[in-house]
Amino acid sequence: MDENQPVLLTEQIGAVLTLTLNRPARFNALDDDLKDRLLAALQAASGDPGVRCLVLAGAGKAFCAGQDLNFGDDLRPERVGDTVRRSYNKIARLLYGMEKPIIAAVNGVAAGAGMSLALACDLRILGEHSSLRLAFSNIGLIPDCGATYSLAHLLPRGLLLEIAYTGRPIEAPEALRLGLANRVVADADLTSETAALAASLAARPTRALGLTKRAVNRAANSTLEETLEYEAYTQEIAAGMADFQEGVAAFRAKRQPRFEGR
Amino acid sequence: MAEPFQHILVEAKAGYAVVRLNRPKVLNALNGALIGELVIALEALDADPTCRCAVITGNERAFAAGADIGEMAEAEAIPFLLNAQFAKWDRFRAIHMPLIAAVSGFALGGGCELAMNCDLIIASETAQFGQPEINLGIMPGAGGTQRLTHAVGKVRAMEMILTGAPITAQEALRAGLINRVVPVELYLREAEAMAARIAAQAPVAVRLAKESVLKALDASIADGVDFERKNFFLLFAGEDQKEGMRAFLDKRQPHFEGR
Repeated sequence: MDENQPVLLTEQIGAVLTLTLNRPARFNALDDDLKDRLLAALQAASGDPGVRCLVLAGAGKAFCAGQDLNFGDDLRPERVGDTVRRSYNKIARLLYGMEKPIIAAVNGVAAGAGMSLALACDLRILGEHSSLRLAFSNIGLIPDCGATYSLAHLLPRGLLLEIAYTGRPIEAPEALRLGLANRVVADADLTSETAALAASLAARPTRALGLTKRAVNRAANSTLEETLEYEAYTQEIAAGMADFQEGVAAFRAKRQPRFEGR
Repeated sequence: MAEPFQHILVEAKAGYAVVRLNRPKVLNALNGALIGELVIALEALDADPTCRCAVITGNERAFAAGADIGEMAEAEAIPFLLNAQFAKWDRFRAIHMPLIAAVSGFALGGGCELAMNCDLIIASETAQFGQPEINLGIMPGAGGTQRLTHAVGKVRAMEMILTGAPITAQEALRAGLINRVVPVELYLREAEAMAARIAAQAPVAVRLAKESVLKALDASIADGVDFERKNFFLLFAGEDQKEGMRAFLDKRQPHFEGR
């Protein structure tokens, strides 16, 4: 591995920020350094109005092999709990909480916490030969980084538990069928297809999309009555945005809207 | 209001007022001067018959992050005692109109105690409530041990006060510390809507109802019910009771005069 290569690559094109996990020799396994940088990059993106869509990708053959297990001391039980709270929980909270669209571009294997990361993104595009592997039980652990929550909202319980218990790989076609992938594309097209979707989402009314995400997060844990009330609140906020004025004006003038994300 | 305040901003609205804590650079840390101004402003508003409710707020980042530690670090016990350090806080209790705390961001230490001195608390989703004094080798001193325990019960109050760990707005809602949690963009608007709604009610009924509810916190049930009943009877000496009931029977909106 080239020691001079940053473990996390960031590239912004227009309003799309791509974060690429870049430890290809380790299949982008997550060590402390990579997790810290990912967390910092997500925090920065969260507060940057110039970023209107985020892409999470992996360099090389894999998306992410999950937790890097070459980390000695941190395998002590009490340290594992702290590690989860200090890094994975914060990363998952940001991916779920950041009020802009986030796409995982899954090239190759997304295993363990790598699968969890992909699941915590809003959308997943998989290369046709990629796979999702909830491998935690293979080494006697439980799915973390939000995976139990993500999967509880994506899959029926029986299927979720089967996948968690067996740790069996879910290849791209099955992932698509189960709704774990939004799209499956030819491996060679993954980058361009993701970029095209990201660019189109970045041109949409970012605040309204962000408020949609907030309301959907909220609805996952609310009653109908609470959800309806929350929709009224978030709609009130959306209606105060310049993009709503533009959307209505464009609709009336029968032209394409030019949203600015505010 | 004629008072030239340095640490707060007072804005009169239709029927209510918004009082904003305004030391944003220090996350609205509560020094003696700020509390003094706040009490004076609230007493003046309370005496103004056109103001029937007050919203106390900070900014999006902080309602109030605590006492001014710089002011307190070198303090001594006996001067504290002789100067009746927290006496100004007791004057909140004498405000007749309802006080609504509109809380976003930090409501810690004195900030949490200030919110609990209000009658209702509306919070943004980003609000956090806590009594972190223990981390500085002290404890709550402006009513926190009493009001938090009343609000959330003994074991939750113990955890918050003994560990110093704050709770989120959602946790505070579940614990019964606050009335509602709304998106950060709307917390002040929500509090103002509540203030406007209360301001439209019969003022004497609001005042006696508030007094009666507060009585429940430190009276026996028997004394409290007795107090409530006398207040209830008292309202029948006023014009607003007659107007309210007449309007109800006539199927129209009442128009209360505060008499």
